[in-house]
Amino acid sequence: MTLAASAGLPATLEAPSTTLEVSHLDVTYRVRGTDRPALRDVSFRIGRQESFGLVGESGCGKSTTALAITRYLPRNGRLSGGSITVNGRDIASMDKSALRQYRARTVSMVYQEPGRALNPSLRVGNQVAEVYEIAGMKRSDALARSEEMLGVVQIADPGRVLRSYPHQLSGGMLQRVMVAMALASEPSLLILDEPTTALDATVEAEVLDLVSSLRQQFKTSVLFISHNLAVIAKMCDRVGVMYAGELVEQGPALEVFENPRHPYTVGLLRCVPRGGQRKDHGRLDTIPGFLPGPGEVQVGCIFAKRCALADQRCTAETPPMYEVGAGRASRCHYHEQAPDLPRATPEDVKLRSADPSEVPVIRLRGVSKTFDVRGGDKVRAVVGVDLDLRMGETLGLVGESGCGKTTLARVLLGLSVPDEGSVIELEGTPLAAKCTDRSRKQLQAMQIIFQNPDSALNRRHSVRHIVTRALKKLAGLSGDSCEQRLLEIIRSVRMEERHLPLRPYQLSGGLKQRVAIARAFAGAPRVLVCDEPTSALDVSVQAAILNLLADLQSRERVTYIFISHDLGVVRYLSDRIAVLYLGRVMEYGLAETVFSGPHHPYTESLLSAVPTLDGTPRERIRLKGEIPSAAHSPSGCVFHTRCPRRLSNGLCESTEPPLVEVEPDHMMRCHIPLVELRRLQATAPDLPPSPTD
Amino acid sequence: MQHRKEGTELSQYASKRLGLALVTLVLLSLIIFYAGQVLPGNPGRAILGNLASQQAVAALNHKLGVDRPLLTQYWSWVSGIVRGNLGTSYQYQAPVSSFLFPALGRSLKLAAVAFVIVVPLSILGGVIAALNRGRVVDRLISTTSLSLSTVPEFVSGIVLIVVFAIVLKWLPVTASAPDGSPLFTQLRYLILPAIPLVLILFGYIARMARTGTIEALDSDYVRTATLKGLPRRVVIRRHVLRNSLLPTITVIATQTGYLIGGLFVVENLFVYPGIGRLILTAANDKDFPMLEAGVLVIGVVYLAATLVADLLYTVLNPRIRLGKAE
Amino acid sequence: MNAGEESLGSVSGASGISPEGPDAPGLAPGLGTLATAGGAGGALDVSVGRIRREQLRLLLHSKAFIVGALIVLWWVVCAVFGPLLAPYGATSPNILSGNLAPSSAHWFGTNAIGEDVLSRVIVGARDILEIAPLATLLGTALGTTIGLAQGYLRGAVDMVVGRIVDAALALPTVIVAFLFVVAVGAKTITLVVVIGFVFSLIIARTVRTAVLQERELDYLAAARLRNESVLHVMFVEILPNVLGPILVEFTVRLGYAIFTIATLSFLGFGVQLPTPDWGADIANNSGLLAAGYWWETLFPALAIASLIIAINLIGDSIEAVLIQ
Repeated sequence: MTLAASAGLPATLEAPSTTLEVSHLDVTYRVRGTDRPALRDVSFRIGRQESFGLVGESGCGKSTTALAITRYLPRNGRLSGGSITVNGRDIASMDKSALRQYRARTVSMVYQEPGRALNPSLRVGNQVAEVYEIAGMKRSDALARSEEMLGVVQIADPGRVLRSYPHQLSGGMLQRVMVAMALASEPSLLILDEPTTALDATVEAEVLDLVSSLRQQFKTSVLFISHNLAVIAKMCDRVGVMYAGELVEQGPALEVFENPRHPYTVGLLRCVPRGGQRKDHGRLDTIPGFLPGPGEVQVGCIFAKRCALADQRCTAETPPMYEVGAGRASRCHYHEQAPDLPRATPEDVKLRSADPSEVPVIRLRGVSKTFDVRGGDKVRAVVGVDLDLRMGETLGLVGESGCGKTTLARVLLGLSVPDEGSVIELEGTPLAAKCTDRSRKQLQAMQIIFQNPDSALNRRHSVRHIVTRALKKLAGLSGDSCEQRLLEIIRSVRMEERHLPLRPYQLSGGLKQRVAIARAFAGAPRVLVCDEPTSALDVSVQAAILNLLADLQSRERVTYIFISHDLGVVRYLSDRIAVLYLGRVMEYGLAETVFSGPHHPYTESLLSAVPTLDGTPRERIRLKGEIPSAAHSPSGCVFHTRCPRRLSNGLCESTEPPLVEVEPDHMMRCHIPLVELRRLQATAPDLPPSPTD
Repeated sequence: MQHRKEGTELSQYASKRLGLALVTLVLLSLIIFYAGQVLPGNPGRAILGNLASQQAVAALNHKLGVDRPLLTQYWSWVSGIVRGNLGTSYQYQAPVSSFLFPALGRSLKLAAVAFVIVVPLSILGGVIAALNRGRVVDRLISTTSLSLSTVPEFVSGIVLIVVFAIVLKWLPVTASAPDGSPLFTQLRYLILPAIPLVLILFGYIARMARTGTIEALDSDYVRTATLKGLPRRVVIRRHVLRNSLLPTITVIATQTGYLIGGLFVVENLFVYPGIGRLILTAANDKDFPMLEAGVLVIGVVYLAATLVADLLYTVLNPRIRLGKAE
Repeated sequence: MNAGEESLGSVSGASGISPEGPDAPGLAPGLGTLATAGGAGGALDVSVGRIRREQLRLLLHSKAFIVGALIVLWWVVCAVFGPLLAPYGATSPNILSGNLAPSSAHWFGTNAIGEDVLSRVIVGARDILEIAPLATLLGTALGTTIGLAQGYLRGAVDMVVGRIVDAALALPTVIVAFLFVVAVGAKTITLVVVIGFVFSLIIARTVRTAVLQERELDYLAAARLRNESVLHVMFVEILPNVLGPILVEFTVRLGYAIFTIATLSFLGFGVQLPTPDWGADIANNSGLLAAGYWWETLFPALAIASLIIAINLIGDSIEAVLIQ
């Protein structure tokens, strides 16, 4: 019985073939008395049961589109032109009660950060039941239906979840609840705005699978908004690429990504690291220039200033949406030449490689860190980590939340005191546990680049102050030599003298991160810990920063410890990789070995959880359940609770496997012998292909 | 089983807070003792005046026990208090408690009247201001309430007396009704003195209610609720208010401090025999036992209020009450 | 179409000051543009000096600020040039002209002993405006240091100081001040020190909270990795970031200082007669209210109110400008 029928309402008429029609949409914000356009002439449509993706970097207007469709623009925003039609009805002309009906029955939205999307003072069950109550059900019926719905989204113990408060549930669980709430009203259109960005890779994969299957079941059209091209490729039938408030290209997702017809799309795709690309060979390209301010470009192509193909015509004449093929369109005068867009940076560069015969720069033996938590629990964030790093090498540390990678980084630097018995050596000399006990030379030798550039720089200090202070304290420079070195460093991170008097809040994310890099290099460090340095940045900016890091490494002979949850980025930059899970190293070896296999079962599931741009559905291993809490780690092999290849003889539950070398330069922590893994992983169909992706 | 775990955690938290409050109380008593006994120096001289003879002063000092070592004095004072003996008034030669507690009762009555008026009004004002953010209503409520709350109580008291008691003759000038009056008459006398107190507290509580409501309105969960199609009334009632009023509770309790300070002034202006007036008289008479005991009692009341507010907040906030279950 | 009614919440701040829609760092004027390897531009090329001038301009155009500043200016002039401005002497009793209602000869009337109320109001500005700013400055400087130490060093320092602060603040400022004045006598310096000290504890609390929020930020970890000294971190790294709240607290405290001093004088524990003092005058003449002599108390009362409100107007306008 459909929701509508159960509420005693007449069955809806045969729904039209188009669920959503956005036509020449303009959205404007009023800021301090002036109008700033947020969306310009955006047109697309979503058919019945079709899934459409909106992709773009920050500031492109994709979220604004979603807000416009639900009519939840902020007070100073308005629809200044065009129309939005859902199931044949114009959104803008709805009165209050029609709008409420519309939101209750026709459209639903799920967005980022599920933890904040639910009322912290109400039980989850009551909030889900609200959807049914709006349709007219009594509270008790509504709760019963809610429990059913939670089962539909594959929540194992729906009764318990119903009774819980939001803060008691994990992110993945909460997002399922949000999906349940969204689909409970059986909407015609489901809008998903970066629904998995805040989630771990394996959890993300599960939620995305859930959405895909439910979409079939509930026959809903989907509008999927993301900055992640691979996720869009996987989830959407068609895609629209947005740039600075305009839709620049649209068409079937796989076609657009394989054969882009707009220079921006081309550039964007070249910024995303794919299988075969490495920092010295098949380099990521970047998009020169910067995003135009709102309203800056009134006439002509909005991308012209940054486009290598642009000419007079592009700046004088605003390109319309040209038809480029079946169901494809591109807003470019020269869309045919788009795939031949010249690169902004060279494809191959010469980088110095690590010299394997030298003494390891960093040696970690038995490094552990345990936290005491209120309630008497002990959280074992890092457990018995052994690692060696050679000069000039990049070690990629990969893992999901709770794996301990950030804790390990902090311990290395001395920001956090490790447990007794942990040994950290820098060039043969053991380091004091606290950074305040280390010598200046030792501090100079090991520095860090933080994830969040806003938090990493003192917003009250100028760029000059920030870098000069580091030069003074770490390099011991002063006066003229300091000034000279300051200019050198600024230029080496591709900034200019005129940036020196500026403060961080006047800089973009990419520039801020460059300042952080400059600061880190002030003392000519030997080891640089990069803690997710590009996670907070847009794709195009990320590419530039990654290449910068690679170049600096080559020039200065620095060793990097590159921490990231993004496997593509790690693979691009790293020589060696260590995979962490619940504080333990599960696999450790040369990058290509780890990626090509045979892998540790956890690595295998990580790799299969990550969507690829060509959208090939990998026969995945799907991990069930959530990552266990570090306060109560499972017995034996900590991965056994979720391991799809767990042995049936109980060995995995009882005994923790040691980290052993299973082949030259490849260590693994698994009871299953390498040959067996190779056999098991080779027989799975559609295995992740070899490096030449 | 979950409830039992909640219970023990809660009582652990409560006892921890109680312990902290006691420490604070001890420190407070030290401060008061220092100000009362140590700083003035010579109570005998202060009472008898400059013309009295040295022997008379020494005799009085001995009788009062102020020539003993400081620590002994402090200890006897504190141990006396714990046993309920708040000392003997220099002025009246009678136990302090016999004056203090009735006065405290009267003050609490006045404070209660002020409270009952201000809490609903200010919360309502703050919420309305928040719901009409940026518009005239909001600016009106916000600016006037804050302006009024910074004006000293005796200033607003004077204006009120002039307007309501002298010009309009609606309400009496003093605050104490004749003995034996029925409750309603008593209240009529208490309204005018309560208003300056109301004005002081209104601005601050309204502002907290406004901020809390605005934060809730801007939150993601209100967006979720609205996009579910819930009518605005329901969203405000069920989602906004529940979360915005929580921090307001703690604020109300901490305002007790301003309330008490206001009592001093208001009781003086309206000639009301509450604890404020008692302490002021004691100060003027240099009646130190009365003074110290009175101030200590006030401190206890304030600490008790904040403790209650803290516990209330903890109980009402599921995040603290329950913690992570998984 | 106006979306105002439909969306309950505004993603932006109050009254459209910060306009950002959900994904629009690029919508704030000029800020937040993205830069890539080209390196050219991508930053707002405006120096800090320009921003300060812009803020000043906004301030000077704010009605609240102008009104507040004018009132404060008037009283400052009174405080400095009081005796020159007062039409009659402030302490020149003339029993024969006692309790005269306001007239063209005496704009504010006369009090019980014939002193001109207007003159007393004008000259009365002096002691309040001497004590209040001094006490507030003392409190702010001391409180900032204490708060910084508490918030950054935490541990024992935080606990001990925290308990003392709690204890001292268990009593309203007025009462603590009055207690010490009773003990030591009502000299100007006493008032400055006592009020200043109590304020320092209140301000320490605010600063401590602000510091706690800064503590977890990475730039402080970066400072530790440069082996910066504790003093450097507190005063060079953290302090500039908490100045905003401190400035606002300063104006609030200033208003409250005046409040406290006036209250103390009203209660009889402030400056002594015959010096003209608003609070004392009110106290001394309040008994006459029942007889209908309202001008002797109303005008000093309005003087107090106007000064406090003016200071708060200034404080609010500064806060509004800083938010932008």
